[in-house]
Amino acid sequence: MGLLEMINFIVPSAIFYAAPLIIVALGGVFSERSGVVNIGLEGLMVVGAFTGVVFNLFFVDVFGDATAWVSLIVAIIVGMLFSLLLAVAAVSFRADQVVTGVAINLLAVAATIFLVKKLFDKGQTDTIAVNFSRIDIGWFNQIPIIGDLYWTSILAIVLAFIAWGIIYYTPFGLRLRAVGEHPAAADTMGVNVTKMRYIAVMISGAMGGLGGAIYAQSISQDFGHATITGQGFMALAALIFGKWHPLGAMGAALFFGFAQSLSIVGTSLPFFSEIPTVFLYILPYVLTILALAGFIGRASAPKANGVPYIKGNR
Amino acid sequence: MSNRTTNLLVPVLAVVLGLLVGAIIMWVSGYDAIAGYAALWDGIFGDLYRVGETIRQITPYILAGLAVAFAFRAGLFNIGVEGQLIVGWFAAAYVGVAVELPKVIHLPLAILAAAAAGALWGFIPGLLKAKFHVHEVIVTIMMNYIALHVVNALIEVVTGGSERTERIFPSASLRSPFLEALTDYSRLHYGIIVALIMVVVMWFILDKTTTGFELKSVGFNQHASQYAGMKVDRNIILAMVISGAFAGIGGAMEALGTFEYVSSKGGFTGIGFDGIAVALLGMNTPIGVVLGATLFGSLKYGALNMPNAANIPVEIVGIVTAIIIYFVAASYVIRLLIERAARKKEAK
Repeated sequence: MGLLEMINFIVPSAIFYAAPLIIVALGGVFSERSGVVNIGLEGLMVVGAFTGVVFNLFFVDVFGDATAWVSLIVAIIVGMLFSLLLAVAAVSFRADQVVTGVAINLLAVAATIFLVKKLFDKGQTDTIAVNFSRIDIGWFNQIPIIGDLYWTSILAIVLAFIAWGIIYYTPFGLRLRAVGEHPAAADTMGVNVTKMRYIAVMISGAMGGLGGAIYAQSISQDFGHATITGQGFMALAALIFGKWHPLGAMGAALFFGFAQSLSIVGTSLPFFSEIPTVFLYILPYVLTILALAGFIGRASAPKANGVPYIKGNR
Repeated sequence: MSNRTTNLLVPVLAVVLGLLVGAIIMWVSGYDAIAGYAALWDGIFGDLYRVGETIRQITPYILAGLAVAFAFRAGLFNIGVEGQLIVGWFAAAYVGVAVELPKVIHLPLAILAAAAAGALWGFIPGLLKAKFHVHEVIVTIMMNYIALHVVNALIEVVTGGSERTERIFPSASLRSPFLEALTDYSRLHYGIIVALIMVVVMWFILDKTTTGFELKSVGFNQHASQYAGMKVDRNIILAMVISGAFAGIGGAMEALGTFEYVSSKGGFTGIGFDGIAVALLGMNTPIGVVLGATLFGSLKYGALNMPNAANIPVEIVGIVTAIIIYFVAASYVIRLLIERAARKKEAK
């Protein structure tokens, strides 16, 4: 296999695996930039994956070829509603955000499998009939390397740039960052801290739902207890490795997607088949720890991340 | 109302609310909630066999709860109990199959190996927290996944490509013919005694030693502790190491008692995460952990009876557990309600 052929083979597959990670990590960027730690990304993804697959299965006759896309919208809405649980606890009830996140993750897995068993009388849904496909436009497919992309991959990358624009170049983004760095100062300047944090957490819910639904409808194609096993935490790792920056998170997610796809397709490639897959599996996590420890550039969280804002407290 | 009563009321109310919401969910999804909880009760206390199995399930829960609680007392949140438990499970099973020794040496050695493996898995986040101020939550989460994949790979290496090790030698086993006979041949093993000893160990370290005093002090206020001449770095690392060791021993319970082997895992055991619930509900005290582990261990095992007896998916108990954790985390609201209720009483 020649080098160009190898790149042609690996790159689309890497972006394919990275797309859900990018989107979920972007959601995490919004939430954490506003000062709410989001360990619950995994749970949000689970809810999104469940919603996407179930809606897809039940409404495929209504929406036909567009079903997968309509499912995404439904998953976004359900993800937003589910993230309200985190928002209410973390912002209004001053709860420990990490513990709440753990509860959200446990709840998501238990509740979705409970519903799957209720709806399908077994531990796993059926396989969906309409899923996301590769881009099929003549001239586009001729472009080397990226010619084999999926629509969802493009969506993820576009969203990353939009998020970057919003967070760094709009008044909303400025307020978001201010609330996450120094809520008391932001409050003094008339920014509604509670409202900003609610919005940020709900954006992360929307993105978590979207990412989960994309994962389930493009990679796993069904939903069961083993559908989402750590992808949400990998997105969390990506957002930290990307230093809480949307484009950084995208870059990290692309890299993790690359590692993930290598562990799956690598066995058919020369050289990569020599590496034991366990190293590819643990690579994202090891890199994140190294990044946090400052070996790969210092990664520091927004200042007020994880601290409930209580008016009048200094 | 005194602070102490409020503190005790919060977990109790959280459990009541959790069970209540669970009942509502069962009812809304068209199941018979009363039959569901009856089946749950029956699954826990129905006969001697079930009681034995329930106690067996409680055993690792106690140790996972101790691990989370111990770290909490030093101001650290160890979400990595799951990973520490998995490496402990592997280490114990490996020592159990690799050598054959007299029981008095082999069994303690296998448990110690598990404790050491768990301690090592806790040492890394502890070191990073102490030296580089890296938040332990993220590192321990990442360490969970590293543990999962590394242990799966190690099982393959050790067994030469198989997904499961051999059964451990009887000399390393915690199996107890006596306890089995007592409980109608359940898998109840001596591990429960090990777990209870560890409860005493935690109480002793925290309440009777200078080290424990320092750990708690660091948990309350790092700066004040440093000003008082304590080595904060050392205490953080020590807390994570001891916490990891408890978790590792929890893994040994599964390796030497319940299963007597280790097999490759597609996902987490869940024991480590439930340990967070156990510790939170037990307010991070040794006795509280025993109570919390008894509750969650019983729920976990009893739920297995629900699909057969009441046709309700076992996941309902996962939902209840999650809701209990949620309410304990958001205890601010419960406290507010309790205080308001108390004030109303006084006004009358």
